[in-house]
Order: sequence, then C-alpha cells, then structure tokens
Amino acid sequence: MAEKKASDQNGATGSVETAARGDAALRRDLLRQMLLIRRFEERCAEAYAIGKIGGFCHLYIGQEGVGVGAISTLRDDDYVITSYREHGQAIARGMAPRAVMAELFGRVDGCSKGKGGSMHLFDRNLNFLGGHGIVGAHLPIATGVGFAIKYRGGDQVCVCFFGEAAVNNGAFHEALNMAALWKLPVIYLIENNRYGMGTALERASAINDIAERACSYDMPNEVVDGQDVLAVRAATMRALQRARSDSIPTLLEVRTYRFMGHSMSDAVSGTYRTKEELEEHMKRDPIVVLRLMMEQGDGWTEADTSKLDDEVKAVVQDAWDFADASPEPPIEALYEDLLVDTTS
Amino acid sequence: MPTITYRDALNHALREEMQRDDRVFLMGEEVGVYQGAYKVSKGMLQEFGEMRVVDTPITELGFAGVGVGAAMVGLRPIIEFMTWNFALLALDQVVNSAAKMLYMSGGQYPMAMVFRGPNGAALQLSAQHSQAWESWLAHIPGLKVVAPGTPYDAKGLLKSAIRDDNPVIVLEGEMLYNTKGDVPDSEEVLVPLGKAEVKREGSDVSLITWGKMVLVAQQAAEQLAKENISAEIVDLRTLRPMDVEAIAASVSKTNRAVVVEEGWAVAGVGAHVADFVQRECFDDLDAPVLRVHQEDVPMPYAKNLERAAKPDAKKTVAAAKKVLYLDT
Repeated sequence: MAEKKASDQNGATGSVETAARGDAALRRDLLRQMLLIRRFEERCAEAYAIGKIGGFCHLYIGQEGVGVGAISTLRDDDYVITSYREHGQAIARGMAPRAVMAELFGRVDGCSKGKGGSMHLFDRNLNFLGGHGIVGAHLPIATGVGFAIKYRGGDQVCVCFFGEAAVNNGAFHEALNMAALWKLPVIYLIENNRYGMGTALERASAINDIAERACSYDMPNEVVDGQDVLAVRAATMRALQRARSDSIPTLLEVRTYRFMGHSMSDAVSGTYRTKEELEEHMKRDPIVVLRLMMEQGDGWTEADTSKLDDEVKAVVQDAWDFADASPEPPIEALYEDLLVDTTS
Repeated sequence: MPTITYRDALNHALREEMQRDDRVFLMGEEVGVYQGAYKVSKGMLQEFGEMRVVDTPITELGFAGVGVGAAMVGLRPIIEFMTWNFALLALDQVVNSAAKMLYMSGGQYPMAMVFRGPNGAALQLSAQHSQAWESWLAHIPGLKVVAPGTPYDAKGLLKSAIRDDNPVIVLEGEMLYNTKGDVPDSEEVLVPLGKAEVKREGSDVSLITWGKMVLVAQQAAEQLAKENISAEIVDLRTLRPMDVEAIAASVSKTNRAVVVEEGWAVAGVGAHVADFVQRECFDDLDAPVLRVHQEDVPMPYAKNLERAAKPDAKKTVAAAKKVLYLDT
C-alpha cells in the first residue's frame, strides 16, 4: 500500500513510517508495555495453576506486538473492543495491572468488580468496551460504535480486535458489509495467530490470505507483520487516517503467533501443531524483535533490558499482591448491576 | 378521546420519543423508504432523515449488534425486527450482549435500547412465521419484556420502554396492528413497566393473560357472562418484571385462575404464572390452575388445522368452566 502523509501523535508531520518508528523514548515505552504484558501473563499462568484464577483463561504471550502497537496509536477518546484474549490489550490501553489481576482473581477491586473475569474486562473511563466471549459477536458491536461516532459527527475511531477464526463467522460478514456500506470509522483488526483453538486456518477458511475477504466489501486492507510492533503501528496509523478523515473502515490482517495453548487447559504444542513449528515461530518473539532493533539503533543495552524487566516484574508482583489482598465481592453484589433503576 | 389503531399508537410513540430525545433512532429492515413492513414507521424517514430512520440489509444478527454498540456509547437505539421469528438470528446479541453487558461490566455499560416487532401467529403464515417467543425472552435476567394488547398500552409501554435505561423487548402483534382503541392526544401516555392492569373486573375466575391474548380473553369473558360467569381479566402487560401482586390480588378474589397464552405450554410463561399462584396463593385456590395455549405442534398452514392449533375463546371458556367445576 502506498505510503501516505500522516500526523503522528505528537502533532509533528512526517511519513507514517517515521511517525510509527517514533523516537527512542517511544520505543522504550513500547518495549516496556510488551514486557509488562509478557510478565503479567506468565504470572497469570502461575496463578491459574494454583487456583487463584478460575474458568477460562486465554494468554496473550507471543501476540504482544499487536495490541501494544495498534493501541499505542490511538487517542484517549477512541474506542477499543476485543475478544476474550484481552488481558494484554486492556493493559496496553492503560488499565492498571492491579485492576486486571483483581478481576482475574474474582475480587471486588477488579475492573468489572469481579463479575466479568478473564473474558470480560471493561473500563468505561478508557473507552475499553470489553472483552467478549462469543467468537465474532463483538464485530457488529464495533460497527455500532462506528455508527454512533458518525451519528454524532465525531472523528473518533473504533478498533476491533479478533482472531482469524472469526472471519468464517456470519457476524464478520454482516459487520464488515454494513461498515463499508455506511462508511463507518472502524478498524477491524484480525490477530491471525493461525489457529482457532486447535483448528489451523487452512483447515477452516477457503482462502488463506484472509485480508482478501475485505474485497467482498470494497474495503481497504493490509497484511501486517504482527511480530514487528512498529509495523503494526504504521499500518494502524494508515487505517486511522482513512477512518478519521474520510470515515473509511479498514481490515487489517496482522500475522502473529500464539506461544501458549488456546487456553490454560490446552497444551502449548500438542495434537494440532508440532513443537518444531512452535519453536520456529518463537524465534520471532515481538519483544526480541524490538529489543534487537533498539540495541542496533538506540544504544540500548542488555543491562537496560534487565533493569526494565526488574521494573515490570515489580509492577506485576504489586498487581498480584493487590489482587490477593482484595476482598471477594460482597454477597449483596449478586443482584447488583442487573438493571439500571433510572429512566431518561 | 380519539380512537386510533395499534399501528398508529406505536407510530406516535416512536415519533414523540424521537422528537423528545435526539439520541433515539430507529433501525431495521424496511423501516425507511418502504415506510415499515407493517407501516408502523410510516412518515418517519421524511420527518427524521436517514441517519435516524435507518434501513438495514437483511442481517438481523448484524443490526442487532449495531444497536448494542451504539447503546454502549450512549445512543438509545430502537431495533425493529420485521418479526420476532427472524430475531432468532439475533438472539446472541439480545441475550449474550444486551442483557448481560451491564452485569458483566460491573455496572459500567447500561444498555438503553429497545428491540421490537410483531410476535406470534397471524393468519396462515405457517410454521416458521407463526411463533410466540415470550418465554424465551422472559427467561433472561437483564431484559425487560412487554407485550401490549391494546393501542393505549402499545403507545404507553413503547414510550416507557424507549425511556428506560435497560434493554426492553417489545412484543407487538401482527393481528393487533389494525385493532382500534381510545388513546388521548392531549396528554402524555406513559404506561409504567412492570404494572399489570385489570382489563375487566370479575368475581368467579381470573383470566391471566397478555398481548394478543387479551382479545381472546375478552371474547371468552363475554361468552362466560352470558352464562352468568363473571370473569376477571388480568392483563400482565409486562412479563419481566412480572406484576405478581396483581395476580395474587385477583386470585384472592376469584379463587380460580386460567392462564391464556399464545405460545407453547412446555416451559412457557404460563408455567411461571402457575408456579407463582400455587406457591403464593395456595390457600386461596379452589381449583388447580389451568392453561390455554398453542397446541404442542409447529403451526400448520391449513385453515382448519391452524384454527385447531391456536388458543381461542372457546378453549378459554372451557378452561374457565373446568376450574369452576361446571364442565360436566
């Protein structure tokens, strides 16, 4: 896709690529966010194993570059909506690791007061419209957010994350068709981690280059390397520009890989993918890709990484301690927030 | 007092509420250019424009989800289903998104929205187009469900539904759209959600009903009156939350109850009413609670079979006599 001029988040003009690359401080922040999510998710696995987290728990390890890259380009008044593999996106959007961990522990200080759990993280103050648990269901919801933006004449954008398996679902078709038909400012961002649970993309989709699905809706689309956080930023910025200035939706196919099982009950490798395949993909760890770039260009050192790692580990430990100390919801909460008792 | 149709009552409710609050919009199949599949939205595209009266592709799941998304960020959508039969495709959005969003977000996302359209059978539309879905919808915590049986209630309940900050299901009746009734135009018509109304006072038997079956109950009550049986009609109007106090008040007076519902019996709303009555009105009852309902088959096409399958006044009269032990 042709490079277009765009304003970066600091207001300076330059090529999208230049803005996406940012400066050393921005790259350090991206590395920090990805590392924080990585360490957070590792502790989630540990907490799950000892029963502090229950239910379904889907980890983001390996995919950090996607959420961090895309969300880092957004304004505070933009919207993010996503699926059930959303701990990383919530943190990237600015949700406190304490509030996320407390939610996973089912405690009252969780972002959804312990009512939602791993799959239903919400934060109204951050325009984080939730983790949604039914594959594909939040795609039409994102279309509706885009409709509301247009209805009000705003210039916000809604970014909708979902796995590649959702493209085979009717909701995907219905949502994208209406967004393109009505020209709504929505970025549909496929996190193509190659497996819908245990079913490989090529065993589920009649076409393997799923960005091409956008052609059915005459919608701009792009294939992006999801292990390169800066590439994700650049592609998202191009899509944002189309959405903000011309209210045109985009389908981004961001190619990534899940380093863990589908959920905590699924082996890391297993019946549906080989250890060799996993190891091959793990060579392109998004954290390592950025770190190497920084070591080459920013004078970043091993000692810097080590220091940053210690810092984020402390943040995660603090989140764990906070969640552990937070009380369970009071039993009266059972019937709270079922209905609003006002009318407008 | 002006006499208007149920269709016009709904139209007036929609227009008054859209004039009152510019966050309210109407979306669905054929609501705009076509003027509504049943002409409920007649004139509205011209009055409000295409941003507020939105024709959609035939994509129930999709546009129900669009409504959910718009409600999440503060608009107040009215999602019209051409019929509730088609809304089965959208139930994931109604049940998993609209009904649960407030609860699973810990109170952060109220869903002020309405899903509405005709429910139940019309005439000879056969199996896929003749179904009453209230038990499916009333089953779900987080929803409110109303089923107006008269033009006045249609207007008043729809207006209250649009103003309510929760997802409200409005079950209309295709066979009711042309029915007429008194609806004042000099005052604001608002019927509170969750309040039943005694549509006819009586002392011998309570006919507990809602929606289109209010008409059936009225026909039955007329016939019973000719035999000196005094039937009271309790029109629930709202099925969730249900006005159980009104049911108890009536049963304590008549000591006998018949539930008249359009849908199938198994796991129907009437089963819930009967459960309440046996538990809370046990000492008042002089007979078991009976239910009149659709026969336990898909709706057949042939006129005679369709008639046989539907609940009607004759079956209601028979049930009333049975609880009065007059059926021998």
